[in-house]
Amino acid sequence: MAEVTLRNIRKAYGDVQVIKGVDLEIKDREFAVFVGPSGCGKSTLLRMIAGLEEITDGELSIGGRRVNDLSPSERGISMVFQTYALYPHMTVRENMGFSLKLAKLPKAEIKQKVDEAARILKLEPLLDRKPKALSGGQRQRVAIGRAIVRNPQVFLFDEPLSNLDAALRVQMRIEIARMHSDFDATMIYVTHDQVEAMTMADKIVVLRDGIVEQVGSPLELYHHPGNRFVASFIGSPTMNFLETEIQAIESGSVTVGLPGGSRIKVPVEGEGHTPGEKVTLGVRPEHMVEGGGADGEIRASVLVVERLGGSTFTHAEVEGNEVITAALEGNSEVKMRDQVLLGIKADTCHLFGSDGIAFKQIERHPLADIARAAPAAH
Amino acid sequence: MSRQALDERRLAWLLCAPAVLAMLLVTAYPIGYAVWLSLHRYDLRFPDQQAFVGLANYASVLTSEVWWRSLFNTLLITAGSVAVELLLGFGLALVMHRAVVGRIAVRTASLVPYAIITVVAALGWRFAFDPTTGFVNALLGLDQAWLSERWSAFFVIIATEIWKTTPFVALLLLAGLTLVPVDLIRAARVDGASAWQRLAHITLPLMRPAILVALLFRTLDAFRIFDTVYVQTRGAQDTETLSILAYQTLIARLNLGLGAAVSVLIFVGTILIALVYVRLLGAGVLGRAGRQV
Repeated sequence: MAEVTLRNIRKAYGDVQVIKGVDLEIKDREFAVFVGPSGCGKSTLLRMIAGLEEITDGELSIGGRRVNDLSPSERGISMVFQTYALYPHMTVRENMGFSLKLAKLPKAEIKQKVDEAARILKLEPLLDRKPKALSGGQRQRVAIGRAIVRNPQVFLFDEPLSNLDAALRVQMRIEIARMHSDFDATMIYVTHDQVEAMTMADKIVVLRDGIVEQVGSPLELYHHPGNRFVASFIGSPTMNFLETEIQAIESGSVTVGLPGGSRIKVPVEGEGHTPGEKVTLGVRPEHMVEGGGADGEIRASVLVVERLGGSTFTHAEVEGNEVITAALEGNSEVKMRDQVLLGIKADTCHLFGSDGIAFKQIERHPLADIARAAPAAH
Repeated sequence: MSRQALDERRLAWLLCAPAVLAMLLVTAYPIGYAVWLSLHRYDLRFPDQQAFVGLANYASVLTSEVWWRSLFNTLLITAGSVAVELLLGFGLALVMHRAVVGRIAVRTASLVPYAIITVVAALGWRFAFDPTTGFVNALLGLDQAWLSERWSAFFVIIATEIWKTTPFVALLLLAGLTLVPVDLIRAARVDGASAWQRLAHITLPLMRPAILVALLFRTLDAFRIFDTVYVQTRGAQDTETLSILAYQTLIARLNLGLGAAVSVLIFVGTILIALVYVRLLGAGVLGRAGRQV
């Protein structure tokens, strides 16, 4: 069992706090992704779990064991670095076997473990090469191989795909996801790429300025963002935000104004709020439809049209000079300078108070808690 | 080759020509003249007896006991100073690398000895070790005539060299140290390497080019040591080095032929040293190209 538990973890360099009290529970065999803009502290937090960065305050345990004062090699973790961090003067075999050699394992056992990892990662033909003779993807595989041979309880990945080109990144993403289902290990993965987070995670941890903004499954964060920051960080293109105010509050709904004078009744909890209050309405571009006819309508004039084939990103100006983006159908015929009517379904809307906190939605999205795989018999 | 390429090539040679001429004038000519001199009997005390003698000068140098003793002295000073400089320099480089506060102050302060003119440094150390007025004897409560005995004189000479050039070695090693990617050290920590193992298995192998460059510069310098010895003992107490020997033969005894032969032999020695290092370095540089950035 290798659950990772963080209790009020803090990190300060002198007077500068970079991690400001993180509480987190990562379950055994879970794939957790730390995501956030650069400088949010996600890599620092990962290095603290790895033991490469001292923990200023708080308690970290791995597999039920307090590890604050243990060295990285005693924590039962392996780490894959963004720069791969392969030892340039060693062959692939020596790179992968280095930790085992340091642990003074018998030569035959080291060879067997390295061969096994090389077989899994299809690195056998490369074992006697030096890192400089490998491509980026191959180096990344060796770095993963080096992590595998130690047979860790927890794998840590620090932006492992950022140095790869787009096609290779997709391929490695799938391989890492498969690796997760093949190994009985907990994985913690750091990235600034929300697509990586959405596609790989069981649990996403959104960080900003050393604070956890929200923890949840990918679809939970997508459908039920806890605040404006998470709402804007998850999803692509970014959610549209329209400044408006509350017109009426009923049980189970809050009615707000839309640009152009119409209104929409959003199914959220309005308790504790008052009519007239300034709020922000959030609508994802993919939740807008051309032609209106939904629960609410916005009239807009089209500024730019981006045709991607499968969908058409339409950037349009609404009353009040705000620019919104709608992901319309791929065969939409909108053109620049067209006037369009955009329809919004009420149950896809989000409301945020002036403090950025989301109003609680009445209905939970049916897929918000979907598991990645049918429970396996372990 | 196209006309344009030919023109460009000619222009390249023309642009290099002044530098090539200057080099020929100040380097090739003196070396050639020294070689010419070394093949002649040319003693300023007997200017009339000038004659071509072939390799006779080399024969007399290489069969003389003075040459071999000077060579031993030179190698002793070279080995002693370079070895200690490398160790101290590495320590200093580590300190400078790790220094969090006052980084610039630490680096500047450590360079002060290197900025001092060698003759001045040598005099400073001579005065410090002076048996009557020097502070070293006073400090240690000794009554030692340091520069009047062979081994203690060597000690002072080597100590002076170390004091003066350790900062230079440290700076070169610091450059090598900063080139070791921090992620490699982190990866080694995750792999379970202790501080010593990280140094031995990761840092030092990656610093090999920097170490060899530092060794090359310092060995060549130390092999030609002149000023410190000249200022402190003038080669007395059997501390004569090859450069001192060349100087004595050329300037004091005015035997230009013999002196030139000594100089040419020193020249050959430095070339041999350089060749050995460059060979090692070549391998090191190739090994370093293996590092992915």
